[in-house]
Amino acid sequence: MDLLWDGLGEAIRIIRTGDYAIWEITLRSLLISGSAVVISLIIGIAVGAAIAFNDFRGRNLVFSLVNTGMGLPPVVVGLLVAIFLWRSGPLGHLRLIYTPAAMVVAQTIIATPIVTGFTAAALRQLDPRWRTQIYALGASRLQMLWIVLWETKLPLMAAVMAGFGGAISEIGASQMVGGNLAGDTRVLTTAVMLEVSRGNFAPAIALSIILLALIFVVSLVLTTVQQQERR
Amino acid sequence: MTDRAKLSVHDITVRRRQTEILHVLRLEVLEGEVLAVIGPNGAGKTTLLQVLALLEKPAEGEVRFEGRPVRGRELRLRRRMAVMMQDPLLLRRSVAENVATGLRLRGVPKSERRLRVKRWLERFDVAHLAERSARKISGGEAHRVSLARAFALEPEVLLLDEPFSALDQPTRESLVEELAAALSETSLTTVFVTHDRNEALRLGHRVAVVVGGELRQVGPTAEVFAAPVDGDVASLVGAETVVPGRRIAAREGLVSVEVGSQVIEAVASGLISEDVLVVLRPEDVTLALVDDHSPASSARNRLRGTIVRITPAGHQARVAVDCGFPLIALITKQSLEDLGLQPGQEITATFKAHAVHLIPRERAVPTGRAAGSAAGPGL
Repeated sequence: MDLLWDGLGEAIRIIRTGDYAIWEITLRSLLISGSAVVISLIIGIAVGAAIAFNDFRGRNLVFSLVNTGMGLPPVVVGLLVAIFLWRSGPLGHLRLIYTPAAMVVAQTIIATPIVTGFTAAALRQLDPRWRTQIYALGASRLQMLWIVLWETKLPLMAAVMAGFGGAISEIGASQMVGGNLAGDTRVLTTAVMLEVSRGNFAPAIALSIILLALIFVVSLVLTTVQQQERR
Repeated sequence: MTDRAKLSVHDITVRRRQTEILHVLRLEVLEGEVLAVIGPNGAGKTTLLQVLALLEKPAEGEVRFEGRPVRGRELRLRRRMAVMMQDPLLLRRSVAENVATGLRLRGVPKSERRLRVKRWLERFDVAHLAERSARKISGGEAHRVSLARAFALEPEVLLLDEPFSALDQPTRESLVEELAAALSETSLTTVFVTHDRNEALRLGHRVAVVVGGELRQVGPTAEVFAAPVDGDVASLVGAETVVPGRRIAAREGLVSVEVGSQVIEAVASGLISEDVLVVLRPEDVTLALVDDHSPASSARNRLRGTIVRITPAGHQARVAVDCGFPLIALITKQSLEDLGLQPGQEITATFKAHAVHLIPRERAVPTGRAAGSAAGPGL
């Protein structure tokens, strides 16, 4: 237990002083995961709406595939992205391997099925008369989608939370395609793993506290907005 | 109202999963008229309205706007129309913002939006709710807001899909009156879908009757109500006695028809086929006690019968009489009390030959019953 208490005390000191470049790592994590979530929102909402609003053959199969994708193992995603971006791989000429951009790509692949699944589920639950009513007000297809999303923003916020949580917490893909390079691709999760492997528990605890705090703050903000909406 | 068609459909077919649910050969909505579309539940009225509103593209056939064929769900044309649906479906925002939404979608400038929202909220008596959340107003208020939302668009065509069917009777009546006033002020081309024949009578210049996915009859309201073309239409327009009969004689514009064990007389112009449906509205039938010795009247039909059932209908009572065939009469509650009518009692039912409408049976959908689902209880 001493290890834990000593580690916690040291972690608090590290957070206060900003040692081990923890704020730089935190900011990088936010930028990479935030970018991945924004991209996954754009793709996920479009694909989710297409699945929810169009009655096509094989829709249930597509929906099942998306649901399966919600549980994609990050290591598998990392492996696939690494193969594609490897210098001798199909997209090797882009020279993205071991860059933050490669990590954004991997995290986008992880977060997109989550956002797609949540979006499709939320929009499928919507009474189809809503779409008719919004079209009847003179909306174009895009305007209809925007208004419908605004109306269903509570479940969509859950999509943002889940997508962000999935992206910022994963480690396998980030490690594999980012390489955990100090000052370049090191993020909270890869830094925690590195410090633990070195036996430096204090900075690992400090970084974990920040990681948990980030997820908590995002959830708190979105939950507060949800509660205000309900009222 | 002009004779020019603002909107029309030509030989349209709508299918759902390969099943035909609506087929209309031709229907025109004339500029400035209120066309009431009536029919039982599931008849295809809402589908017809959605086709006219360019919200649904028929599998076959053509929709024309001002004579020009419409391609698909043209946004430009949809924005010249406004639709009010059965359920107000207000967005999760304030009442004023709800009314402004359609205007914003059309790019109406903010100052103009404000003016129109204020004007129409005031017009429908809900200006005091402008800043309130649309989710926190009553059903009646929501319908008023929905009306304001449709009128604020100042459309060329207004399409209303059973807008008040979910409301209680007094609220519905008051809203129908307000709608009638607003329509007469604006002279809007309007399609009003309803299953309430009284609303159709109150608002419609013309009536279109849709039954089983088909347009059965369309014409001036009074004409359709006075001369329905078949048994279903007759039931829908309130003729609660619809029974099969056989013409046995005709002379000087009067036709004698055998109905059950009785012979009744009807006024008929032109040739009448032998097999007919006899159609009679309940308000055209008067009841008297059998020992009533009031002076002879001009009514050609005077039948003895037995009261089978008495059903209250607001301030009136619907009396089902067996007089050799099932006959329905509508009388006031006061008359019911004054005459002391009871089930099982013998009475005399009287109606004029003019009140009887005959439909050739080959045209009529067989019914042989005293009432349809839209017309109230039968025998």
